[in-house]
Amino acid sequence: MTETTNNWLAACRVEDAVENGGVCVKHGEEQIALFYFTRRNEWYATQNECPHKKQMALSRGMIGSITDEPKVACPFHKKTFSLNTGECLSGDECAIKTYPVKVENGTVYVGINPKS
Amino acid sequence: MKEPQIIVIGNGMVGYKFCEKLRSKTSSFNLIVFGEEPRRAYDRVHLSEYFNGKTADDLSLSTENWYQEQNITLFLNNPVVKIDREQQKVYTGNGLDYTYDILVFATGSGAFVPNIPGIEKEGVFVYRTIEDLDLISTYAKKAKTASVIGGGLLGLEAAKALIDLGIEKTNIIEFAPRLMPRQIDAAGSDMLKSKLTDLGLQIHLNKNTANIEGEGKITALKFSDDTSLEADMLVISAGIKPRDELAKACGIEVGARGGIVVDEKMQTSDPAIFAIGECALFEGMIYGLVAPGYEMAEVLATNLCAGNKSFSSFDMSTKLKLIGIDVASFGDNFITEPDCRTIIFENKHKGVYKRINVSNDGQYLLGGILIGDASAYNMLLQTAINKIALPEDPEELILGSRGGGEPAGAGITSLPDNALICSCEGVSKGDICASVTDGGCENIDDVKKCTKAGTGCGGCMPMVKDLLNHTLKSQGKYIKNVICEHFNYSRQELYDLIHIHELKSYDEVLTALGENDGCEVCKPLVSSILASLWNEMILKKGNDVAQDSNDRFLANIQKGGSYSVVPRIPGGEITPEKLIVIGEVAKKYNLYTKITGGQRIDLFGAHLNDLPVIWEELIAAGFESGHAYGKGLRTVKSCVGSTWCRFGLHDSVSFAIRIEERYRGIRAPHKFKSAVSGCIRECAEAQSKDFGIIATEKGWNLYVCGNGGSKPQHALLLATDLDSETCIKYIDRFLMFYIRTADPLTRTATWLNKMEGGIDYLRNVIVNDSLGMAKQWEHEIEKLISSYKCEWKEAVENPAIRKRFSHFVNAPEEKDPSIEFVEMRGQKRTAEWKIV
Ligand SMILES: Cc1cc2nc3c(=O)[nH]c(=O)nc-3n(C[C@H](O)[C@H](O)[C@H](O)COP(=O)(O)OP(=O)(O)OC[C@H]3O[C@@H](n4cnc5c(N)ncnc54)[C@H](O)[C@@H]3O)c2cc1C
Ligand code: SF4
Ligand code: SF4
Ligand code: FES
Repeated sequence: MTETTNNWLAACRVEDAVENGGVCVKHGEEQIALFYFTRRNEWYATQNECPHKKQMALSRGMIGSITDEPKVACPFHKKTFSLNTGECLSGDECAIKTYPVKVENGTVYVGINPKS
Repeated sequence: MKEPQIIVIGNGMVGYKFCEKLRSKTSSFNLIVFGEEPRRAYDRVHLSEYFNGKTADDLSLSTENWYQEQNITLFLNNPVVKIDREQQKVYTGNGLDYTYDILVFATGSGAFVPNIPGIEKEGVFVYRTIEDLDLISTYAKKAKTASVIGGGLLGLEAAKALIDLGIEKTNIIEFAPRLMPRQIDAAGSDMLKSKLTDLGLQIHLNKNTANIEGEGKITALKFSDDTSLEADMLVISAGIKPRDELAKACGIEVGARGGIVVDEKMQTSDPAIFAIGECALFEGMIYGLVAPGYEMAEVLATNLCAGNKSFSSFDMSTKLKLIGIDVASFGDNFITEPDCRTIIFENKHKGVYKRINVSNDGQYLLGGILIGDASAYNMLLQTAINKIALPEDPEELILGSRGGGEPAGAGITSLPDNALICSCEGVSKGDICASVTDGGCENIDDVKKCTKAGTGCGGCMPMVKDLLNHTLKSQGKYIKNVICEHFNYSRQELYDLIHIHELKSYDEVLTALGENDGCEVCKPLVSSILASLWNEMILKKGNDVAQDSNDRFLANIQKGGSYSVVPRIPGGEITPEKLIVIGEVAKKYNLYTKITGGQRIDLFGAHLNDLPVIWEELIAAGFESGHAYGKGLRTVKSCVGSTWCRFGLHDSVSFAIRIEERYRGIRAPHKFKSAVSGCIRECAEAQSKDFGIIATEKGWNLYVCGNGGSKPQHALLLATDLDSETCIKYIDRFLMFYIRTADPLTRTATWLNKMEGGIDYLRNVIVNDSLGMAKQWEHEIEKLISSYKCEWKEAVENPAIRKRFSHFVNAPEEKDPSIEFVEMRGQKRTAEWKIV
């Protein structure tokens, strides 16, 4: 992924993000969940809406891993989604959008034109 | 051609088993059953559990439709009253008559009632049917003292039931010089007696009851030695009397002391008539246990289907748990020297007595008696039955091998495949192992379904479990109840490890004891253990992200993404001033208000951003967190009690408040609820709570492990007439025991259901401190109580925590625009799911 395909949104400062958890980023009408997976020293971003019952909730979910796949669990009914691919790991058809993330000079950026 | 017609008299345990066995072999025969009792055959062996919350339906051996599905005609409440052997006809109580080709007696036995003057008085009962138990429990409500005549197996069980029913003084009267004279010896009886006495039972041996005193109803017992004993009620349990009256009347041969004489094919003196179960007399013996009865049913069913089986004498070994005390006897239990070598182990302090009888050449185990600790029973029984060669030092069988740590359960490997493990259902070791290796069974329920092992008296369950685990293990299957892929421990193991290593945050725990990154299963579980152990603010030390969403934001997330706010209202008591504050806060933040089932007020529809300010206002008015979001104490409901109610015996509100304030904020494997009622009318519904308290004339009765919710269960009586301090002490121990040992997300009711030994065991742990943990637990809970702080107060005062209560990280002032409400009955409610 090159920077030209992305429009980088400055989401927050590193210290505003939640360690080993998520925050919600406002981008116009859209809501993006941003996860700081401190244990793995990785950043992930996905849509904030859980496709199951369309709840704006994923940023409040618990993150973790299954084998080595990083995932987030929706707080409503505990459906889990891969943070890498957005695929639903609870056997449902639905998937979520994922976004690239980069950190520069203590600021976290989310690439809001994800490659499809 | 017309099918031959079989008529079965009696729909008890053995009659039912016969039908089941016959129908599993063939669908021919017209099968008609007459039962005298008003209900389908039920599990008489576990009859006493009827007093511990099991219903008649739970005890039933079949489903309602079973007989119909099996094409069996069942008449209940309809005894056979006459038999005409010439015509091959039976006549029933309500005037029907039916012809038979084959007639089967499965009439069981009744209680033997000795001919004591006054035996007909009101308040004298027997202990055999569900109806008997109904009568006993009704009468027990007004009785303070009770006696049981008969110190045998059934008598002791009846006495225990009387204690459970809340009778203050229960006496056991035995004619013989020792208890359970058919199973145990004098030394064993002494040990059992001292243990039963400790538990409040009075035992009178060598007593011959001469008269039952009282005008119309019993008031006392008079003995042949001129002593007497007060008794408001009496249960007779002096042995059984085979129901052979019908057989006798139609001229079939019966024994001198009762019982329908049968041969090894269960045939009576009339070739068309058979008898099975407790009414049958085989080689001069009545078999008063289910297992031999089932074997008789098997023999008859097989032979009717052209098979060839014979009944031969049956092992009468028994094991039971009485008020938490193990008692077992097996094989030849009374044989003495010089016909054998006897090895005895006795520990008066612990109340353990073990005796084994070994053949003179030291080769084989002949039989034995175990009191106080019967954990070796199944192994010993199998060793005796299967004539397994004994080790050089046979005493190791009861002392345990002292040399090396031989793993428990290793002994089962030495059993041959044909060793009979479940004698009720005739299931061998080979059958059980095959159900795992070939049948794909992976847990106890599977094995029970597949082999029927353990569905009779249940005594073989420990061994079935060992076999299951052993077989699974030998197949390389995982059997440990581990939490998830990140922690290779059970909850209890993890609890102890976190305690020992003094770990304080989820991350520390994961690094020290787990692997990889954790998940939504282990995170809340570890967080809950940390909270139970240290009672530190749950949102500090990075633990916030390891909390379930409700705990993470100290509020319950609701449909749509808004939260609810529940301030604590201890005991449901609230001043008008505080009510007004709640109303004002609700108006100001546009919240929907509703009274909860736990006597407090729930404010719904708060935005995440508003939670801290809402709580600031509530705290200023003297409220604190109600922990409606946490796995911990919810509410202690109360009725108004003696302060207002004309029936109230004590001040239930004050006690409820005291209890709610004592345990508030303590985290547990699941939520728990309580209630206090001011008298037996039980307006606070205490018996549906995890622990419930009901006032009595003399103090408080404490009930535990009840549940409402999706699977309601009545709480069971743990202790009676406690003063407030003792009551609290018991609750302290109860809660700590629960917190330490329950599986994750297991309510107290399920926890108890899974506990081996059930309420008796629990009572022994809590009341008699059988684990010796009471002091430590009281100390631990004292620490939790003294470190209590209102979480919400800490949250609003801590800027770092408070910062997390905003929806957008890049627009902290803005609320979540996706939350929608609609109007209903003058308040708001959340909009429907956007997707269904
Ligand atoms: C409290 C208690 C605890 C026990 N604990 C154990 C234990 O731990 N282990 C163990 O192995 N055993 C135990 N037993 C014994 C066990 O319950 C019996 O061995 C078993 O029930 C015998 O089965 P059965 O079918 O022969 O008799 P029952 O179960 O008594 O059934 C006989 C049925 O026939 C009916 N009947 C009689 N006459 C007629 C008639 N003329 N017409 C129609 N119906 C008739 C009776 O009403 C009854 O329903 C216990 C018994 C009791 C009471
Ligand atoms: S339980 Fe008893 S004391 Fe309490 S309100 Fe009901 S009747 Fe009154
Ligand atoms: S019963 Fe069901 S719908 Fe009602 S509050 Fe409980 S979980 Fe919600
Ligand atoms: S709304 Fe996310 S799992 Fe149901």
